[in-house]
Amino acid sequence: MQTETAPLSEATTQWIGNKRAQRSKSFDLVFSWSTFIASWGTVALLAWIALEVGYAALPAVRECGFGFLIGTDWDPTDDVYGALPLIYGTMVSSALALFIATPLGVAIAIFLTEDYLHPKIRSIFKFLVELLAAIPSVIYGLWGIYVIIPITTPLGNWLNTHFGWFPLFSTPSSGPGFLPAAFVLSIMILPTIAALSGSALKTTPQALKEGASALGATRWDVILQISLPIAASGIFGAAVLGLGRAMGETMALAMLVGNNNQISASLFAPANTIASLLANSFGEATGLEIAALMYLSFILMALTLGINAVAEFILERTGASTRHF
Amino acid sequence: MKNLLVLTLALAVSLCSAQAAPITLNASGATFPAPLYGRWFAEYNKLHPDVQINYQGLGSGTGIKQFTGGLTDFGASDAAMSDKEIAAVTNGGVVLLPMTAGSIVLSYNLPGLTAPVQLPRDVYPAIFLGKITKWNDPKIVAANPGLTMPDLPITVAYRADSSGTTFNFTNHLAAISADFKASPGSGKMVKFPVGVGGKGNDGVAALIKQTPGTIGYVEFGYAMKTNLAMATLQNAAGKFVAPTPDSGSAALAQVALPDNLRAFVTDPSGDTSYPIVTFTWWLCHTQYTKPGVADAIKALANWGLTDGQKFAPDLGYLPLPASVVTKVQAAVSTIK
Repeated sequence: MQTETAPLSEATTQWIGNKRAQRSKSFDLVFSWSTFIASWGTVALLAWIALEVGYAALPAVRECGFGFLIGTDWDPTDDVYGALPLIYGTMVSSALALFIATPLGVAIAIFLTEDYLHPKIRSIFKFLVELLAAIPSVIYGLWGIYVIIPITTPLGNWLNTHFGWFPLFSTPSSGPGFLPAAFVLSIMILPTIAALSGSALKTTPQALKEGASALGATRWDVILQISLPIAASGIFGAAVLGLGRAMGETMALAMLVGNNNQISASLFAPANTIASLLANSFGEATGLEIAALMYLSFILMALTLGINAVAEFILERTGASTRHF
Repeated sequence: MKNLLVLTLALAVSLCSAQAAPITLNASGATFPAPLYGRWFAEYNKLHPDVQINYQGLGSGTGIKQFTGGLTDFGASDAAMSDKEIAAVTNGGVVLLPMTAGSIVLSYNLPGLTAPVQLPRDVYPAIFLGKITKWNDPKIVAANPGLTMPDLPITVAYRADSSGTTFNFTNHLAAISADFKASPGSGKMVKFPVGVGGKGNDGVAALIKQTPGTIGYVEFGYAMKTNLAMATLQNAAGKFVAPTPDSGSAALAQVALPDNLRAFVTDPSGDTSYPIVTFTWWLCHTQYTKPGVADAIKALANWGLTDGQKFAPDLGYLPLPASVVTKVQAAVSTIK
């Protein structure tokens, strides 16, 4: 029961080919246009948000001017607004977090890239570290309140009674404050730093490492003298990106930083950050306070944009870009 | 089968609407009385299934904004509305209705204390000004002869978010302390010179529970529900009064409400009055154009002022004194 299929004539084949070419051509066109619109749309959206926030901030800019940046009072009752304690709180809590998270993150990155583990176990570790990024901010906040603060409070009080002359320990711990906030924040930015430092470390040419080993370098030498120096700027970029993330963090900080607009050198003193103040005040704000909050948002946006741009530039140059796709 | 179900449902719905035109009232505002309002509206809906009330506890400020913008049929606010805010309402006048009231208590965490701590009038403003910093300060010890006050630093906890509770608490402190009035003054969010801020009543309660030696202000209902210790405060008459529904109502009864029904009870007189109490208001229009809305709001408000009041004590609110209810009912009757 064999039936022979008649071969298609040449004309038919060509006709099908043309049809296909035409279809794929128009498909290509639609596709490239939609990607074009999507990507430029994102850029336009960013510009729009910046414009909108800047516009809403205008009354406060007119009223407070640059004095806003150095004023230390935030008093909606009398319409006096100064952002210095908030900028200080944002920078210090993020810097402290970075101080804790960078060594940890780099250590994790080395552990996961320098062939200490069987690849299967390594991928489990990697997954677990990345999972830290998936925990909602409010959970971190609760964990901070119920686990970290009960640890940092007696520690802070002890340091204050014994080493109170040292500026960093100059106040007794009041519960929430810089230390618990920075500690929780450091865990939140750990996955960012670990993942990006890891990709920076991976850029070390295998031949260099093998060559060093062949010349008698220990694994310790290879890590310290070959891998880390090569990855250094990538790691720096990872840390700066972590800093950018820490600065915008809101919920966990609103719960842990103490929400007191003061400037204190002490690690245990309560403070406030821009994002935390925004979250706390926006719902009930009226009149000039809204404009002042918008002005603050604009400052925060400029700071994080600037920091991310620096990080991206560094990472770009070292080839360990954040653009994984 | 599916079609049949849809048909039956549609029929049921149309039958219901044929019996009585259902009315939906939208409202939003203060979070402080939200639990009581929630209870009221659920109970009222059982009695009058044709009236549905959506209340969103978004905060007094948002309540005023949405009411002014015409998004809601009525608003709710712990700070009533200022003359400026009333002037911003374009479609007709505004009626302010005090619907319930509450007290604000000073909760603290002092382990091992056998009785509530007593705080004199010159002491608790000084604590919130950072001038009294130890629990065994001579002034606190003198006021509590039966108690051994611990040698603990005082940590002040306040509301970090803008809130009607802060507004009423700081109004009271400003009324009894010239220093507090000068700085930081009163408002929905003020710059306390000492302490840590928590978000919402729960945030402040968490701060208090966490650190021994902490004192903070929370609403009476919230402190009652969460079993926080509450300080006994000295009132204008010099007597120490514990926060209870009775002592709160006694304070409210001392107030002579003005015609616009906007009265802040900053320092009530009377021997049995608890010193920090506040009304909380509904914001209604004097006139409603949508058919049926005015009648529905009036009936609802009258029910809340009478039958509704008995739900108040259980939830930690103060039932309005009869003299106040009569005055508010008169204001309700002016809504058209």
